[in-house]
Amino acid sequence: MSGKGLFGRLDWLTVFLYAFLVLIGWVNIYSTTLSDPNASLFDFSTLYGKQLFFIGLAFAGIILVLFIETNFFERFASIFYIISMVLLLGLFVFGKTIAGATSWYDLGFFNLQPSELAKVATALALAKYLSDIQTDIKNRKHQMYALIIILLPALLILPQPDPGSSLIYFSLFFVLFREGFPLYYLGILLTMVVLFATTLMFGTVWVAIGLAILTTLIFIFKRKSTKIPILPLTGVITISILFSLSVGFVYENVFEQRHRDRFALWLSLEKDEKKLEEIRKTIGYNTYQSEKAIESGGFFGKGFLEGTRTKGDFVPEQHTDYIFSSVGEEWGFMGTVTVILLFSFFFLRLIYIAERQKNDFSRMFGYGVISILLIHYFINIGMVIGLLPTIGVPLPFFSYGGSGLIFFTMLLFIFLKLDSNRLKDGI
Amino acid sequence: MKKLLLSSIIVMIGFTFIGRLSYLQLFSFSPDQTLEDPAIKAIYDYPERGYVYDRNGELMVGNQPAYDIMFIPREVKPLDTLEFCNLLGIDKPAFIEKLRRARIYSPRLPSVLVPQLSKEDYARLQEKMRHYVGFYIQKRSLRFYTTNSAANVLGYISEVNEGDLLNNPYYVAGELKGRTGIEKQYEEILRGRKGVKFIQKDRFNRDIGPYKNGKLDTLPEQGKEIHITLDKKLQEYGERLMNGKRGGIVAIDPKSGEILAMISGPTYDPALLVGRQRSKNYSKLHYDTISKPTWDRSILAEPSPGSPFKTMNALVALQEGVIDPSTKFRCYNGFYVGSQKKGCHCGGGVRDMNSGIYQSCNAYFAGTFRKIYEKYPTTDEGMDVWEKHMKSFGLGGYLGTDIPTGRPGRIPGKAFYDKWYGDGSWASSTIISNAIGQGEVAATPLQLANMTAAIANRGYFYTPHIIKNIGNTGAIDSRYTEPHQTTIDKEHFEPVIKGMANVYKYGTGRWVQIPDIEIAGKTGTVENFVRVNGERMQLTDHSVFVAFAPVENPKIALAVYIENGYYGSRYAGHIASLLIEKYIKGEITRKDLEKRMLEKTLEHEYAKPYSGEPFKINEYVW
Repeated sequence: MSGKGLFGRLDWLTVFLYAFLVLIGWVNIYSTTLSDPNASLFDFSTLYGKQLFFIGLAFAGIILVLFIETNFFERFASIFYIISMVLLLGLFVFGKTIAGATSWYDLGFFNLQPSELAKVATALALAKYLSDIQTDIKNRKHQMYALIIILLPALLILPQPDPGSSLIYFSLFFVLFREGFPLYYLGILLTMVVLFATTLMFGTVWVAIGLAILTTLIFIFKRKSTKIPILPLTGVITISILFSLSVGFVYENVFEQRHRDRFALWLSLEKDEKKLEEIRKTIGYNTYQSEKAIESGGFFGKGFLEGTRTKGDFVPEQHTDYIFSSVGEEWGFMGTVTVILLFSFFFLRLIYIAERQKNDFSRMFGYGVISILLIHYFINIGMVIGLLPTIGVPLPFFSYGGSGLIFFTMLLFIFLKLDSNRLKDGI
Repeated sequence: MKKLLLSSIIVMIGFTFIGRLSYLQLFSFSPDQTLEDPAIKAIYDYPERGYVYDRNGELMVGNQPAYDIMFIPREVKPLDTLEFCNLLGIDKPAFIEKLRRARIYSPRLPSVLVPQLSKEDYARLQEKMRHYVGFYIQKRSLRFYTTNSAANVLGYISEVNEGDLLNNPYYVAGELKGRTGIEKQYEEILRGRKGVKFIQKDRFNRDIGPYKNGKLDTLPEQGKEIHITLDKKLQEYGERLMNGKRGGIVAIDPKSGEILAMISGPTYDPALLVGRQRSKNYSKLHYDTISKPTWDRSILAEPSPGSPFKTMNALVALQEGVIDPSTKFRCYNGFYVGSQKKGCHCGGGVRDMNSGIYQSCNAYFAGTFRKIYEKYPTTDEGMDVWEKHMKSFGLGGYLGTDIPTGRPGRIPGKAFYDKWYGDGSWASSTIISNAIGQGEVAATPLQLANMTAAIANRGYFYTPHIIKNIGNTGAIDSRYTEPHQTTIDKEHFEPVIKGMANVYKYGTGRWVQIPDIEIAGKTGTVENFVRVNGERMQLTDHSVFVAFAPVENPKIALAVYIENGYYGSRYAGHIASLLIEKYIKGEITRKDLEKRMLEKTLEHEYAKPYSGEPFKINEYVW
C-alpha cells in the first residue's frame, strides 16, 4: 500500500474534469433560468439556486462514497440491485406522475427518480456477476443471465413510460463486449439498425436489390481466396429481407404517428418540402428551436447572459435536456467544441483508468460507468444538435435536476474510490 | 480490438458532433440577425416628416396625422372575420388575401391591413381594436398641403413597395417614401431617422424587457425642414394663368439660379395624392394620356425652341467674330437655300442685329448662321465650335438640377447628322433650320429659362435648383452656388440684349409692355406636328416666350411655352409679362389683360386632332 492517504490516491485529473463540467453546466443553468438579475445566487426559490443546493448534496454524496469501505460496493451489489428493482416496481403503485411519466417518488423536499438509482445498481450488479469466478462469458447460459440483469430494469422503466431511460441500459452491452462477449452481436445489432433505416428510406425492394449486389460483389472478390459458405449466406439474406419486410409492417402498425413523425423528420422521409417544414415546426419544434439557437451563436457566441433565444425561453426544457443549446447560443462554436473536447477527454481518461485496474470487478464497473455516461452524452447532444430523433435524456453533470446530478456523481466517485484502492487489490 | 472499441466510438462521436456544430455555427450562421430573431421585437418611433417652406418662409407642406391598421401574421388569433371586415369597411376575400400575402412576406414582421385612416375612423375603431389579437393601430403622419399648386415640384410620398423593401433595408412595410419631386430628392433629410426600441420577447410572445438593456436602441432623429426657392404666390398665380392651357413655365432668379416658379399645365392638386383615395386618384391622373397631368412639361417637354434660339446664334456669331452688330443682311420676305425659298414674317428689308432680333428676321439669322460655318474649312469643324458654344449654356444636356427627373433636350452634333444624312452629305445649308431654332434643336422650358438667365447675367449662370436651405444650417450643395461661365465674352451680350429690349419697345412683343419695368425678351412661334392614329398632322404653332427683367439689374428670367398657342406674343408673351409684373411689383396693374389670360383656354385647340374632322390651324381670331 502506498504511503499516501485516500485523497492522495484519488485521480485528481478526473475530479478536476468533473468539477469543470459541473461548473459550466451550472453557469448555463444560471443563464437559462435567471429572471431577476438582482436575486442572490443562493436564492433557493430559483432553479439555479436549487441546482447549487443539489451540487452541495452531490458533494456530500462524494464524501460519503469516499469514506465507505471499498468492499462494501462489491459485497452489497446484489442487494442494491434487488432494492432498486423493488423501487421500480413500487412506482406502479406509489409513483408520482410528472409530465406524463410515473417515474418519481415524492419525498417531500425532493423527488427521487429510482431509475437513476437503478443505473448505479445495475452497473454494480453486472460487474459483480461477470467478475464472479464461476461466470464464463462464453457460456450461453451465463450470457443469458447477464442479459437479464441488463434488460430487467429496462423493461420495468419502459411502461412508465420513459423509453429514453430504458435505452440507457442497452449501453451496458459495452461492458459485455469488453469482457469477451462475441462482437458479432454488435454486428447483428448494427445490421438491424441499418436495415431499419434503409428500408424506411428506400423501401424493401431496393434493400433486396442492394443485398443482391452486395452478395455478387462478395462472390467476385472472395471466390479465389476462401470457400463461400453458400448456405449460411443465403440464410442471412433471407432473414434480412424478411426483417426488412417486417419493418414496414411494424412502422405502419405498431408505431404511433408521433413516432413516425420523428423518424420522418430524422431520416428526411417526407419528400414534400412544405410538409417537412411543417413537421419541423410542430413535432420537431424543440429540435428546430435548439438548432436555431445554436446556429445563432456563430463562432464566438452572443456572450454570457446575452442569448436572446435562451432568455426568451424559446427552447423548451432548455435548463434540463436542452442545456447544450444555451452553450451554443451564448458561447458559440468555441464553447460547444470546448464542451465536446472536455467530455471526450473525460471519457478517454476513464477508459485509461478502467484498463489499469487489477481487480476485474473494478474494471467492469468502470466500463459500466463509462457506458452509461457516454450514452447519455451521445443521445442528448445528438438530439440537441439535430442528429438524432428526440429522446429525452439529460446531459450528465450539465442538466438541471437533483437525481441526475447526484447519481451520476455517485456513479463516478464509486469508480474513483475503487480506483484509489487498486494497489491494495494487487497485494 | 475489444479494448479499443469504446475509445474509437468516443472519438468518432466527438468528430461527428464537431462536424455538425461546424455546419450549424460556422456554415449556416449569418451575422446580422437582430431583426430576424424571433425573440426580439423592434418597436419604431417615427419622427415627423420635415416641413417645406417657400422662399419667403411661407409654409407649403406640413403634416396631418393618419392611422394605419397593422398586423403581425403569426400573432393573429382566430376572429370573427365578417364582423371585423364590416368594421373596417373592407371585403372578406381581400382581407384573406392580404393575410396570406403578409404571411409570405414575413410571419413575424408587421404588415399593413388598411392604410391611412382618418381621425374619425381612428376614434371609432380605437376601442374595438383590442378584441382583435395581432392587430394594432400605428400612427403615422401624412402630408398636408397649404397650397393646391406645385404638385410637380413638391412630389408625393407613398407607401414603400416590395421592391423598396428589398433594395433598402431601412424601410419597413407601411412606411412612406418620397416618390417624385423634392419628396424624393430630399427624402432622407425630410424623413429623418426613425427611432427603434428592441424588446426581448419570450416564446409566448410576451415582452420581457428591453433587449440588451436598450444598448442597441436609437432615438428618432427629427426630419429637417427645408426651404425651397419657389415663390408660392408666383407659382400659384402662374398655375391659375395656365387654366385650360398646356405647357410649361420656368422662372429663375438669374443672380442665384434659384427656381422661382416651375409650372406645368395641366396640373393637379397635390392633396389628391394623400390618404386612402391616393391610388384611385393616381390612376385617374396617370392614365389621362391625352392631357398628361402627371407629365411635368416644365422639365420633360422638349419642343423646338423657336425664335428665342436666334439670340444664341447671334451670340455665337459675335464671339466667333464673323459679324459685328452693324453687319447687315437683306431679307426678301424670306431667304434662299439653294433655289428653295424659305419665308419670313418680318416685313423685309435690310436688317442689322438690332432689328434682326426685334423683328425676328429669319433671313438675317440664316445669313449669320452660314457665316459661322464659312469661317471654318469644313462643316464638321464649324459644327464642333457651334455645339461647344451652345452646350456651355446648359443646352443639349442634363443641367444637374435637384429635381429627380428631367430631359437633356438636344443640340445636334456631327454624329447626329452623320447618322441622319450620312457622313459628308450635309452642310450648313442642310441644317439651316437650326438658325431659327426650328430644326433639330430641342430644349426644355427649364433649359430655355436657364439660357435666358445666362444672357441676363451677361455670360454665366448658376445651375438651376429648387433647394434654398436645409434645416437651420442653410447649407446647400456647392454645385448650386458656383457659377458656370459660358464661352461667350461679356461684351457680346450688350448688342443682343439691346435687340431683346427692343422686342418690347418696337418689336414682336410691343403689345405686352409693363409700365415702369424694362424687359428684354424674345418671342417664338414654333411649328409642330403630331401623329394621331398614325396620321401625321400639323397643329397650331406653339407659343414661346423668353424674357428677363429689369434689363439692367435682372431679378427674374423666365421661359414660357404654351402648346398650340400660336404667336409667341399671344399667350406666352402675355403670361410672361403678367408673371414678371407679379414678381417684381407684387400686384397686377393691367387687370383687363389678367382677366383675359385667366379666362382664355385652349381646349378647343387641343380637341381638334381628336375630333376626327378636318380642322384649320393658326386661326387669326382669338
